[in-house]
Amino acid sequence: MQARELIVIGGGLVGAAIAFGAARAGAPVTLLDQGDIAHRASRGNFGLVWVQSKGHKVPRYARWSRDAVTFWPAFAKDLLELTGVDVALEQRGGFWIGFNDAEMQARGAMLAAIDGAVGVPYEMLDHAALRERLPAIGPTVAGGSFCPLDGHANPLLLLHALHAGLKALGARVVSSIDVTQVTCLEKTSGFEVRGRDGKTWHAPRVVLAAGLGNKELAPQVGLHAPALPNRGQVLITERLRPFLSYPTNKARQTNEGSVQLGYSVEDVGLDDGTTVDAIEWIARRAMATFPVLSSARLVRAWGALRVLTPDGLPIYQESAAFPGAFVATSHSGVSLAGAHARIIGPWFAGLGAAPDSFDVFAGERFLDPNRSFSNAH
Amino acid sequence: MDADIVDLIIVGAGPAGLAAACEARKWGLGVTLLDEQGATGGQIYRAVDAASAKRRSVLGEDYAAGAELTAAFAGSGARHIAGAAVWNVGRDLKVNYVQGGANRVLQARQIVLASGAMERPFPIPGWTLPGVMGAGAAQILYKSAGALPTDPVVLAGCGPLLYLLASQYLHAGARLKAVVHTTQRRDYVRASSHLAGALLGWRDLRKGIRMLGELRRNGVPVYAGAEGFSIEGADRAEAFCFTYKGSRKRIESSLVLLHQGVVPNTQLSWSLRAKHRWNDAQLCWEPETDEYGQIEASGIYVAGDSRGIVGAKASASQGRLAALAIATKLDRPGRDQRLARESEVRDELRNQLHIRPFLDALYRPPAAHRMPPEDSVIVCRCEEVTAGQIRKYVELGCQGPNQTKAFGRCGMGPCQGRLCGLTVTELIAGARGVPHDDVGYYRIRPPIKPVTIGELAGLV
Amino acid sequence: MHTKTLSPVAALFRSDDVPASGSVTLRFDGRPITAPAGISVAAALLLNGVGPFRTTPVRSAPRAPYCMMGVCFDCLVEVDGNASRQACLTVVRDGMEVRRQEGASSLPLPTQGEGHGR
Repeated sequence: MQARELIVIGGGLVGAAIAFGAARAGAPVTLLDQGDIAHRASRGNFGLVWVQSKGHKVPRYARWSRDAVTFWPAFAKDLLELTGVDVALEQRGGFWIGFNDAEMQARGAMLAAIDGAVGVPYEMLDHAALRERLPAIGPTVAGGSFCPLDGHANPLLLLHALHAGLKALGARVVSSIDVTQVTCLEKTSGFEVRGRDGKTWHAPRVVLAAGLGNKELAPQVGLHAPALPNRGQVLITERLRPFLSYPTNKARQTNEGSVQLGYSVEDVGLDDGTTVDAIEWIARRAMATFPVLSSARLVRAWGALRVLTPDGLPIYQESAAFPGAFVATSHSGVSLAGAHARIIGPWFAGLGAAPDSFDVFAGERFLDPNRSFSNAH
Repeated sequence: MDADIVDLIIVGAGPAGLAAACEARKWGLGVTLLDEQGATGGQIYRAVDAASAKRRSVLGEDYAAGAELTAAFAGSGARHIAGAAVWNVGRDLKVNYVQGGANRVLQARQIVLASGAMERPFPIPGWTLPGVMGAGAAQILYKSAGALPTDPVVLAGCGPLLYLLASQYLHAGARLKAVVHTTQRRDYVRASSHLAGALLGWRDLRKGIRMLGELRRNGVPVYAGAEGFSIEGADRAEAFCFTYKGSRKRIESSLVLLHQGVVPNTQLSWSLRAKHRWNDAQLCWEPETDEYGQIEASGIYVAGDSRGIVGAKASASQGRLAALAIATKLDRPGRDQRLARESEVRDELRNQLHIRPFLDALYRPPAAHRMPPEDSVIVCRCEEVTAGQIRKYVELGCQGPNQTKAFGRCGMGPCQGRLCGLTVTELIAGARGVPHDDVGYYRIRPPIKPVTIGELAGLV
Repeated sequence: MHTKTLSPVAALFRSDDVPASGSVTLRFDGRPITAPAGISVAAALLLNGVGPFRTTPVRSAPRAPYCMMGVCFDCLVEVDGNASRQACLTVVRDGMEVRRQEGASSLPLPTQGEGHGR
């Protein structure tokens, strides 16, 4: 197959990983990025490389998440060799922490169902068993679940590495571009991408990976990609000596030593600010989880807007009306990065097959009047 | 948690905050003033109440005059909360602070932010070594602890505080090894267009001239028009190096005091997402406010050096103006008297500002000391990110400080960008060749001061 | 670990003020030092020539106070078991235990053997 040029709109974790994967597979790639003004969901990613509890109702997503993490080690190694940036990947397992019996029951049932459907290993641990693995756990913690496939990485280093990797591979990365229009060109059946300042780019294939921006752009190429902003607030401590060896769903110690504590789930439109209430709530939860954090200094709190589809699952699709136009929307930009690079990038560039049974990720599912959606986090 | 409602909350106990408090009290407002230090006075009048007669004499009459303001505040009936680390100020006019390990909140009807100024960072090779401090820092050591350099000391940089400290040290019996400053012919030329203003502020001008004369009379070596500063040393300062009249000089010293002016402390105004503009005469960011210091229509006023460097007396005038506006906003009787008072205060302020453009022009810090040409110079002290790394991120496509922060952690340490922010803005603007207003500044988030998880969680 | 680079040095500052309210005795890394009551820990340590206050988490570089007003965060020391205290904002107290902070702050970890790092 001959590599034909690809334009990727959106330089966040999703767009940059897809662009990188396409470039790695040999496609000439142009990445159009908004720059410093972008909402940049990528900067708000918690950093988990997570499998457990994904795809409870949708086994294909559970399988996609499980397979995605297997690509990560080679992906991280490739980025390191190409760019010198170590994205601090660790995959030794991860924990979910529960505070009461009802939560624990529900969790156990859900993980059993996922394991039964797709095969995702897990363990339920009561307080004593959890304490053996995480000695710093607080007395009010009821227990937790452990999945050996889980891990974490550094989202900001990953974004840096992807951009450096694109540069190293000779891809063209253009910053400060606000794409307003994508048009299919009749004659060549390629696409024209137009920026707010009137600049245009042309290519046979185009990928919409603009996060919240996909909603406006998708219909222009016959696709449906609804996503709403969902705010998560996170706290970051000063650098600390290592004390937490595994990531947990709401607390992880980064490779730099700072502890990241989460998080809120809020429907507040495009407001990425922080609130005192959320900061104090997260601090109380952190204290209950790991009481030793009492003396740790908080250096920063931030809010970021998750790109959340109505059911919380990704959208990956080639346009039927305009073949060569693709959309990718996902809020799990770190967990799925390896798969976005190894599978999605080549697929969109025409250099690899589409994954099987991906119809479940088509955007039209949201147009079905008989379905209701919940993206409970 | 129940929030008490206060007419006016003031953050900062320097001249702007104290004057605002006293003025507000005159018009019957309930006032609560919070500050990080134990005693009032801010940095400029630091420890003035506890100062001995000898210390007041060494520090000079401007410093001693601060005691009038602290005394007026003490007698004003305002509530003073000392040792308070304000970690958030909201658009809802709530102020969150930690004091004595307890996390508290106050609700205001109006707020005055008076966080003052800090010394401009001085990113030169070796500036992070132990034994390298700000001249202002050394002055604080004398004010707060009577501490003087043990050995003859080197003062280097530019700006009135450099000469002031040199003069104070002479009076206190400390020895000066050298005063090395960067002011050269082109600075005088630039400043000469503001001479009229300087002459109107002749008292300030006379002070400066007297101090220089004093240094000469005491035989202190003064190197004028110096450049290319660097500090040598393996694990502590060992020598100060500079270029003077074309040749490289080296002065051995374990203590090097650097100063190149002060800049507004803008953490709170940025955290409120107030619009800021780049002031190229002062080479710093200033919040945009109306003529009383109010940010948009927010009920939050900025007064004093944190709004733009104006000096102690002008800071107090600005504090008074904010209080007058607030008294009217809160419908206190005496509106006409306030208008008269405002007119008076504005006249004072005008007089106090005469000298400013001249000083800004004369003591403009050289570009090489703000945007280090050497790649190895540390820009972000907390995370040890160098100038070379910042420039590399710009090459990778970073358009502004938030992207360089994301790529290299510059600005993510405990100082929350206070000591690297200006340098990073300037480096990026320089590398991209665009105005500073296009580059912007870090997104500043709460907590404004690092408070512990335990304190936030409400456990004492 | 106390290497040559972190040993005490000749004090950079002296004070010949007679303190109005007496002096206090505190300890830095176990070594007793005296200081006038009411001054900051940073001033006390500088007057006693303790050398660097901390080493940085990133490159273990030695640091000492730079701004003396709470904005530079280079004067971080451990005070009475609490890490990352700004010495310039902490007033000396009789019997205070101050320690040099080497690298990142430590947390008081649980007494069981496991979990002390990766």
